[in-house]
Amino acid sequence: MLKVEDLWVSVGDRKVLKGVSFSMNYGEINMLFGPNGAGKTTFMMTLMGFPRYKIEQGRIYFKGEDVTSKDLYERARLGLGVSFQRPPTVRGVTLKKIVDIISGRSGRENIDADIDRLNLSGHLERGLNDGFSGGEMKRSELLQLMVQRPDLVLIDEPESGVDIENIALVGEAINSLLGKDKVKDPKRSAIIITHTGYILDFVNADKGYIIYDGNMLCRGNPRDILSEIKKYGYRRCAECR
Amino acid sequence: MPISKTYLSEIMARAEKAKDKKAAMGPDIDLERYTKHIERGKIESLESLSHQAKEAAILTGISLEEENRAGSYMQVDQSVVYESLNKAYEGQLEIMNITSALEKYDWMEDYFWKSVPADQDKYTAQAALHMTHGYFIRIFPHQKPQYPVQSCLLVAENNVSQNVHNIIIVEEGAELQVITGCTLSNTDAEGIHLGISEFYVKKGGKLFFTMIHNWADNFHVRPRTRVVVEEDGSFVSNYVLLKPVKSIQSFPVAHLKGDRASAKFNTVVYGLKDSYIDLGSRIILEGKDTRGESVARTIAADESTIYSRGDLVAKTKDYCLAHLDCRGILFSSRAKIYAIPQLVSEGSVKAELSHEASIGPIAEEQVEYLMSRGISRDDAVSVITSGFLNLDIPYIPEFLDQSIKDVIKATAEDAL
Repeated sequence: MLKVEDLWVSVGDRKVLKGVSFSMNYGEINMLFGPNGAGKTTFMMTLMGFPRYKIEQGRIYFKGEDVTSKDLYERARLGLGVSFQRPPTVRGVTLKKIVDIISGRSGRENIDADIDRLNLSGHLERGLNDGFSGGEMKRSELLQLMVQRPDLVLIDEPESGVDIENIALVGEAINSLLGKDKVKDPKRSAIIITHTGYILDFVNADKGYIIYDGNMLCRGNPRDILSEIKKYGYRRCAECR
Repeated sequence: MPISKTYLSEIMARAEKAKDKKAAMGPDIDLERYTKHIERGKIESLESLSHQAKEAAILTGISLEEENRAGSYMQVDQSVVYESLNKAYEGQLEIMNITSALEKYDWMEDYFWKSVPADQDKYTAQAALHMTHGYFIRIFPHQKPQYPVQSCLLVAENNVSQNVHNIIIVEEGAELQVITGCTLSNTDAEGIHLGISEFYVKKGGKLFFTMIHNWADNFHVRPRTRVVVEEDGSFVSNYVLLKPVKSIQSFPVAHLKGDRASAKFNTVVYGLKDSYIDLGSRIILEGKDTRGESVARTIAADESTIYSRGDLVAKTKDYCLAHLDCRGILFSSRAKIYAIPQLVSEGSVKAELSHEASIGPIAEEQVEYLMSRGISRDDAVSVITSGFLNLDIPYIPEFLDQSIKDVIKATAEDAL
């Protein structure tokens, strides 16, 4: 589904990704670990196509197509979707408005049950992320993705800023988004950035990866990787390089 | 009984002295350029207007069928061509041209040129000395018609000075909605529209006033508006300007005289071509527990210049609360926006006045956020701009919503 070859990315003057290669199959859920500033979000945003993340070298193939020079919205239309860690506020544009626009494109209708499940019915007429709490932002992101129905979902720190009670709600929503609460949907895939690993209590992840200093280092069982990180931090990553 | 001749003479004398007095704001206009006078006959219905006039009227929110309207007033150039009151509302309100009202009621002396000074500047002076009608609308005590009254002040000819004087009286406990469209049927026309508006909202009354201005490249506009709100009264003004204009300068004042009176100004302006737009509002908080709010959204495109002013003036010794929210987006490197908020507290130690003003581009971050949902750049800009201009204005017809979108679409390419 996704193949990344020798990806070098800079943000402003700073070289962030330094030759990342990565691939994943349809239906996989992969967790991405790494210390702050290692390049996790840069990796995700580069996959999505945000222009601030400049590809210096390397190629990205999505569903067999070279998307390296494709525009952000073209990649979204091909089936990539992102849930932001901290989405921007768009005053005046209501959540309902944006959900309607996405729904018009994806053909996904009858989303009332999703709205109720995410406890967002009272937020539909509010400006996008305008005064939303951390949990409300995550739920709003997931609602938009449920309507968009991307094949590969990129989720940046679903737990950050979310209280314990809402983490369960967010975790269940991610499962639903990936079709894991029903018969397994072999096509829906995800890359999820996590610091705390709380989300692993809700999402059955296939693999875990560590990004460290702009390189993709470990690959393995996500729970094992998390356990190592909790025990030793990331200092052993430097030895692995 | 008509208004007293003595009073009228006093007004004229004051105006005469001010006929060369330049206005404090806006470019000075040579009024002698606009001397054409045309008398037109009455029409049977708004459907009998010329094709161009009908199109222009519709674009300012006028319903030609008068569907869902309590009454209508239409003026073309200097002539009153149509006045009607929906039969269902007879006994609840009256609508007529102001010339007739001045003939009919001697008490008009208490309202006519009572809040706007005739000698404010050369434009008020011209409107006093050469008044060419205007509307008079009075809603009787405790009446609350379901539908709005509509008025259309249209200029069809070249070199006309349309000098209207409008008075609205909302009697005690009554509620009224008014939709006014001011426009041109000939978009090449040169000329000027001088609109004196004096609105009086009595105790517990409510006035929702929506004004849509559609002018053109060679046309000047100088409205002079003052609203007096008595205790527990409320005034809401919605103003929309989305078409080019040579120059417009207006600074309406809401004077909250009574306790617990309130006023809200919503202003939506889209500056196009080389339009010179100087708009704002002033709310004077005199009664105790008065409330004021002024919200402006301005977009300056092309070579337009926009002054977006807002004054909150507290005069009460008691508590009052008012807020100013003034935001602008510049769509062009040749355009200019001046946001000028002003808070004044004249010994009002309990007054809470606040403002937020900002000018900036459409945030690229917001555009990209929407693009990540599969929305193209142009569509994302259009959605954000529509949202920026959307003030959830009540009583705005659907066509206007569409009109906003059309204008935005046309200029979206230059947006970023």
